[in-house]
Amino acid sequence: MNRKLSAFGKVSIILATGCIAMLWIVPMWRIDLAAPQYPEGISMQIWINDVKGDVEIINGLNHYIGMKTIHKNDFKEFVYMPAALGVFCLLGLLVLVLNRRAWFYAWTGLLILIAAVSMYDFWKWEYDYGHNLDPTAPIKVPGMAYQPPLIGYKKMLNFEALSQPDIGGWFFIAATLLLTSAALYEWRRAKKQRL
Amino acid sequence: MKLPPLLLAAAAALTVQSCKMKSTESAVGGDAAARTYVAPGKYDELYNFVSGGFSGQVSVYGLPSGRLLKVLPVFSVNPENGYGYSEETKPMLNTSHGFVPWDDQHHLALSQTNGEHDGRWLFANANNSPRVARIDLKAFKTMEIIELPNSGGNHSSPFLTENTEYVIAGTRFSVPVGNAESPLDNASYKKNFKSTASFIGIDKHSGHMNVAFQIILPGMDLDLSRAGKGPSHGWFFFSTYNTEQASTLLEVNASQKDKDFIVAVNWKKAEEYVKAGKARKMATEYYHNTFNEENHAATSEIIKEVLTLDPEELKDLVYLIPCPKSPHGCDVDPSGEFIVGSGKLAALIPVFAFRKFVKAIEDKAFEGEYNGIPVIKYEAALHGEVQKPGLGPLHTEFDGKGNAYTSFFVSSEIVKWSVKDLKVLDRVPTYYSIGHLMVPGGDTKKPYGKYVVAYNKITKDRYLPTGPELAQSAQLYSIEGDKMQLLLDFPTIGEPHYAQAIPAEKLKNQSVKFFDIAKNKHPYVAAGEKATKVERKGNQVHVYMTAIRSHLTPDNIEGVQVGDEVYFHITNLEQDWDIPHGFAIKHAATAELLVMPGETSTLKFVPTQPGIYPFYCTDFCSALHQEMQGYMRVSPKGSNVPLKWHTGGTDPTAAVAAK
Repeated sequence: MNRKLSAFGKVSIILATGCIAMLWIVPMWRIDLAAPQYPEGISMQIWINDVKGDVEIINGLNHYIGMKTIHKNDFKEFVYMPAALGVFCLLGLLVLVLNRRAWFYAWTGLLILIAAVSMYDFWKWEYDYGHNLDPTAPIKVPGMAYQPPLIGYKKMLNFEALSQPDIGGWFFIAATLLLTSAALYEWRRAKKQRL
Repeated sequence: MKLPPLLLAAAAALTVQSCKMKSTESAVGGDAAARTYVAPGKYDELYNFVSGGFSGQVSVYGLPSGRLLKVLPVFSVNPENGYGYSEETKPMLNTSHGFVPWDDQHHLALSQTNGEHDGRWLFANANNSPRVARIDLKAFKTMEIIELPNSGGNHSSPFLTENTEYVIAGTRFSVPVGNAESPLDNASYKKNFKSTASFIGIDKHSGHMNVAFQIILPGMDLDLSRAGKGPSHGWFFFSTYNTEQASTLLEVNASQKDKDFIVAVNWKKAEEYVKAGKARKMATEYYHNTFNEENHAATSEIIKEVLTLDPEELKDLVYLIPCPKSPHGCDVDPSGEFIVGSGKLAALIPVFAFRKFVKAIEDKAFEGEYNGIPVIKYEAALHGEVQKPGLGPLHTEFDGKGNAYTSFFVSSEIVKWSVKDLKVLDRVPTYYSIGHLMVPGGDTKKPYGKYVVAYNKITKDRYLPTGPELAQSAQLYSIEGDKMQLLLDFPTIGEPHYAQAIPAEKLKNQSVKFFDIAKNKHPYVAAGEKATKVERKGNQVHVYMTAIRSHLTPDNIEGVQVGDEVYFHITNLEQDWDIPHGFAIKHAATAELLVMPGETSTLKFVPTQPGIYPFYCTDFCSALHQEMQGYMRVSPKGSNVPLKWHTGGTDPTAAVAAK
């Protein structure tokens, strides 16, 4: 029985690895804030190894409500994330050389796992960032938490927040969709071969 | 065709009606409101820089709305932001005669490249204590002020050559050179008094000014001036009055001659003479004050000599063109070919042709000499005269379509005429007695056109009365159609003289939002709260203080004594747009400080009595602005209270001691 990958499967490995490699060049996620006195908007970009944009302005504003300040060095994710994705890319090349469907399924599963763990970790950070407030903060609004939306829009006091994938995030999504459909294709092809 | 008598009578009545003076209402067109309305949140089409006259400052308006956007402190102290009060800005107003807190600001010039506004700098003159200032148009800030030696009344200034090679400074009041004393009578005036034309060189990159050379002219009043452009590039033209050389009752004595002069200076030739070593070094003393962007502070330099050129010896340097009746404006058209002299007591406008002027020199078509300088025959340089244009022509601007617009003080109107055939095309009344007028880019090779703005000398009933001293007034007219149309009145500060305007597109995107704190090289900067401290050096106490929303560090200071010189060096740690912090302390005999993000400014305070002195942020900065305050304890002289400071729970003295 042929356990080798189709041409589509092989090409999808190269494309998906390329998509993931883009995350070293472009930001992964972005959070945009707007308020009446910030008509130009405030924006923060999350990279796999850094956080950029108007971070200092956000830190300055958030001290009123006692939110923690954001510093690149506080995120162990900025070490784990590039490591995990780097290993993922190398494994991709290995799967291409081994040329076996089973490895391909496993490799696809790994990417979905990384995505799921990352999103859970992001949500957990957002929860802590929004709820864990300094009790001596000058402004305290009873019952108010400032957890940014995981994805989508949310209004918090005078600020509107929009959280969404940045260019790199879309490449990540594209890679996930591509590998999932390639895996489905391979699975059907294998089923046909068995008949 | 025969008309019935009744209709004829009606027609006659209508004619009589239209001959009546125009009322305010009839002068404003129906769509004027729509054409000047800039909706909330929308930007104006043009920046209009207007001289502040006797306020000493420069104001910035938006056009076509006429909204005041900013008052730029230049030659007068400005307690509103500490200009001239802070230790950093005090040197800007130093002169050879000490600190001068005021001046009379008349004319403005936007820097040019190839005869067009380039949006880099704005130059301003000081008429009273002769000086020229350079304002940076990224930060909208006065960066440099240079004093003029051998000058009185720097009126024919700060006009520019087409590539901003030089900014000019010419004396309205002749004075004896070398600031010598002299008796005051007409004989002494003729003998000892001189007018000077100073060519201030401008560094292409930094904009830094230096007096390159001075041309010493006979005693007379240099009124206004313009550089040549295109074919006449290399020449500078000045209008003059009092060529009668009177020192007293000029109203009568300087109005005797039928013609005064347009002084034509060949500055390219002057450069050659300077290079050839023909200039004389004269010992003098004048100040040059420069604001340094990196350390946010100004320094004064005293310059001890100046190069002078004598046109009586250097024959082909200066020529005089007779011009009727005390000319005021001396304006060069966009092509650089025509020079308009406006005899303010004349009933016509002479227009000279540069080509004919050059030919007259070649042909030696001179009618004689004036104090050793050749005078060209009037007709030899004349292109033609605009006949019966109005009364009291002052200034002329151009629209780039071959039309000129001249202001008339006495007949209170703007008259549009064609440069080519000198025909009057249109006239509109101004309310009242217009002085300068300005077409955006109307003094450049490529005028923007579209509007003409009148800057009036008399306001009378145009605004709600405010006692004897009334608002100053400007008026906006459309010049898009064949007929000029009044669109808007807007009040201005000081007395507006000349103005400049530039499309918003050329400036708005280069505007500085804040200064980079990492690049702040102020000697007393505290680039973070950890760097704050209080140091005593004899009777001087230096407070390195920071401001960030919403606290000052340190905000409790003890150990200061009566008679100490306390220097508050405030660094604004913010790195965001529109977050200045202010600083004021009770009983300080200066002004407040307004500190921009990333900047350091210093307020000096000498307490005279022991006690508690509150200080606070004066510029509403945040929801907790009201809490942004602190105290300084002042003890009697010789007290043993140690120097202590802190903000909140941490005590930096202890922290430093622990190290």
